Amino acid sequence: MATSLQPDKGASVTAAPSGAPRAPKHRDPSGWRSRLYRIDLKATPYVYVAPFFLVFAAFGLFPLIYTGWLSLQKVELGGEAEWRGLDNYTRLVESDFFWNALANTFTIGVISTVPQLLMALGLAHLLNYRIRGRGFYRVAILAPYATSIAAAALVFAQLFNTDYGMINQLLGYVGIDPVHWETEKWPAQIAISTIVTWRWTGYNALIYLAAMQAVPNDLYEAAALDGASRFRQFISITIPSIRPTILFTIVVSTIGATQLFGEPLIFGGSLGIGGGSGNQYQTLSLLMYEKGWVTGALGQASAIAWVMLLLLLAIGLIQRLLSRSSEKKKKNGAARS
Amino acid sequence: MRITSGDVPRRRRAVTLTTAGLLSLGLLVTGCGGSGGEEGDDGSGGGTITLRVGTFGSFGFDNKTGAKLYAEYEKLNPGIKIEETNVADGQKYWDAMKLRLSQGSGLADIQAIEVGYIAEATGEAMAGKFVDLGKTEGVDTSKFLDWKVKQATAPSGATIALGTDIGPMGICYRKDLFQKAGLPTDREEVGKLWAGDWAKFLEQGEKYKAKAPAGTAFHDSASGLFNAVVSSQPDQYSGEDGKLRWESSLGVMKAWDTAVKAAQDGLTAKLRQFDEKGTWNAAFKNSKFATVACPSWMTGIIKDQAGPANKGKWDIAQAPVPANWGGSFLAVPKAGKHTAEAAKLAAWLTAPEQQAKVFAVNGNIPSTTEGLKSEAVQNAQPEYFPGVPVGKIYSEAAQQIKPAPIGRWDGQVKTFLTDNGILDIETRGTSPEKAWNNVKKLVDDKIDQ
Repeated sequence: MATSLQPDKGASVTAAPSGAPRAPKHRDPSGWRSRLYRIDLKATPYVYVAPFFLVFAAFGLFPLIYTGWLSLQKVELGGEAEWRGLDNYTRLVESDFFWNALANTFTIGVISTVPQLLMALGLAHLLNYRIRGRGFYRVAILAPYATSIAAAALVFAQLFNTDYGMINQLLGYVGIDPVHWETEKWPAQIAISTIVTWRWTGYNALIYLAAMQAVPNDLYEAAALDGASRFRQFISITIPSIRPTILFTIVVSTIGATQLFGEPLIFGGSLGIGGGSGNQYQTLSLLMYEKGWVTGALGQASAIAWVMLLLLLAIGLIQRLLSRSSEKKKKNGAARS
Repeated sequence: MRITSGDVPRRRRAVTLTTAGLLSLGLLVTGCGGSGGEEGDDGSGGGTITLRVGTFGSFGFDNKTGAKLYAEYEKLNPGIKIEETNVADGQKYWDAMKLRLSQGSGLADIQAIEVGYIAEATGEAMAGKFVDLGKTEGVDTSKFLDWKVKQATAPSGATIALGTDIGPMGICYRKDLFQKAGLPTDREEVGKLWAGDWAKFLEQGEKYKAKAPAGTAFHDSASGLFNAVVSSQPDQYSGEDGKLRWESSLGVMKAWDTAVKAAQDGLTAKLRQFDEKGTWNAAFKNSKFATVACPSWMTGIIKDQAGPANKGKWDIAQAPVPANWGGSFLAVPKAGKHTAEAAKLAAWLTAPEQQAKVFAVNGNIPSTTEGLKSEAVQNAQPEYFPGVPVGKIYSEAAQQIKPAPIGRWDGQVKTFLTDNGILDIETRGTSPEKAWNNVKKLVDDKIDQ
């Protein structure tokens, strides 16, 4: 992806960042002018990329490391820090609430990510064909992504309200007893996953669609000549062709699911931070927030933040390994054919 | 990022790029050097002093919907200007204030403190950061109810805050529903039904349930009942030393048992009070319950939530055991620029005459004995409760309050006991033993650092 910044024939000496005065003309040109040229050649690329790295160091790297340092202390908001070593981490391992939050994060993640990506694949496949009003549909499926989490979660919380919600009313018409969407564990997790799925399906569908557009059309034509059904084409051509994209969306969705915060918080209303009266839908992010801003134990909150970071790094690593192995497969396949 | 060149010649591109790079660097340097700290009006401009008052919820001082006390004070003291900053959520307000207090900047000249946090404010970490108002000119702490002064007194003997209001409690009940269920409707008689014991209150609940109008419960919320019972006990979450002793506290146990029984016998509408989704609020409108524990400030909530359709249906009886639930204070942080003027204003705002004015508009029951006795309070007659001597009921209840020791963690333990303990039993059918152990685990995990 990098662009080589080879300036041609000393043209960019004029743009040397040092702003040094031009050397007088009668001096030996091979002296410091050529040195200036060399410095320019070596330093300019660094100057170009410096802004990003400076911003990243200030707002990315420093907080990360500072959080790591905090996680080894006992520290209260506005109080003095007190060294604790790995105490915060051992407490986490012993804490039921941490394991509960980890399990909830995992189950809500699975319930929301799997259907979301499958639906996105199907939608993208349908939109990939020539249908009337294709542009309208493509915009429409992105609409949920454009709404704010807060607004979406509020609306869904109303829909899922046990006493007054529309969903339980509809179930009532069919003769099903009201489901306790907020108090019972699985209904609550399904309800929260619904919000996530509703919001992100269109977004992922568009990414898939972009990848599908790049699949050569003659593959489909050839398959159609061979008499393959649309479904068969989807399974045998579309999916293998966009495998890297699928892997990418899986990783991004997994990261999103690990950091899930807004939806359960707003869905739970007043009980949102604790994830319900029995912590039945408290995610890791909520636990971190609760530790930091309700309890005021910033050290423990930082420890949770770091555990989440390690989790995400592990996920990233697995993704790397998977994509490597799939590329190897491709290469082998290409060598064979 | 691949740079698409279009048709710009190479040299121009290099120049542009370098310039862009340098520009963004320059922006960065200046962007980080933004000035910190807020420079408000330092009061020297034109001889006027601006005092800022930080509040949460509804204190009823302001010129818009309150008793217009600020305008009055400005008239009495030319050269003083008052600004109020208000945060709706008490917990968020407190967290922000703590942070500012620890940094000594960004504070208002007067900061309100809720009774749930006053023990934290009088604790060793914070008490020294507030002005001792006991020594302020015009403050006579003997005018306040004894226990209210005690709550705001630091171990050093300094009075760090002055009480604004208190929360004496009654039981609000629906006359029409009581009648349908065959219970008396006169407030004296109703009060006698359960006088002296919360167990009697539950007995009436069983009676109500036997003949309850369809779709109604006796009480709104088991966790609300828990709060009401604890508020009536001399022994609550913390000991005299301010240390947590909730597990062995007789008051907490009594409240727990009462609330669990109410939940398990189906005497409650299974609601959580103040829930953000408005289910509790909607239940007022839809007449889902016949009684609610009723500190003085609750009457305002009933008026707003039950709405005009239910006007005149509510009445107020005495609580089984006298109780105080809620109330606030005003404190003056030492970090302020005009602590002397701020202390004077705080003293004036909490004086009996002003407390009576606030009550007339906002229903906050005064924390001074004089204020409680004043005509304005005694004869108060809110429109929403026609014929109910609201002022008399609450000022009588206020005289009988027996204060309990409070501690720094009370608010949090209360939240765990209600939101994670009682509510879990009530809405999810968890066994009381399991719920109690869960609360224990929560307290160990989230309070002891």
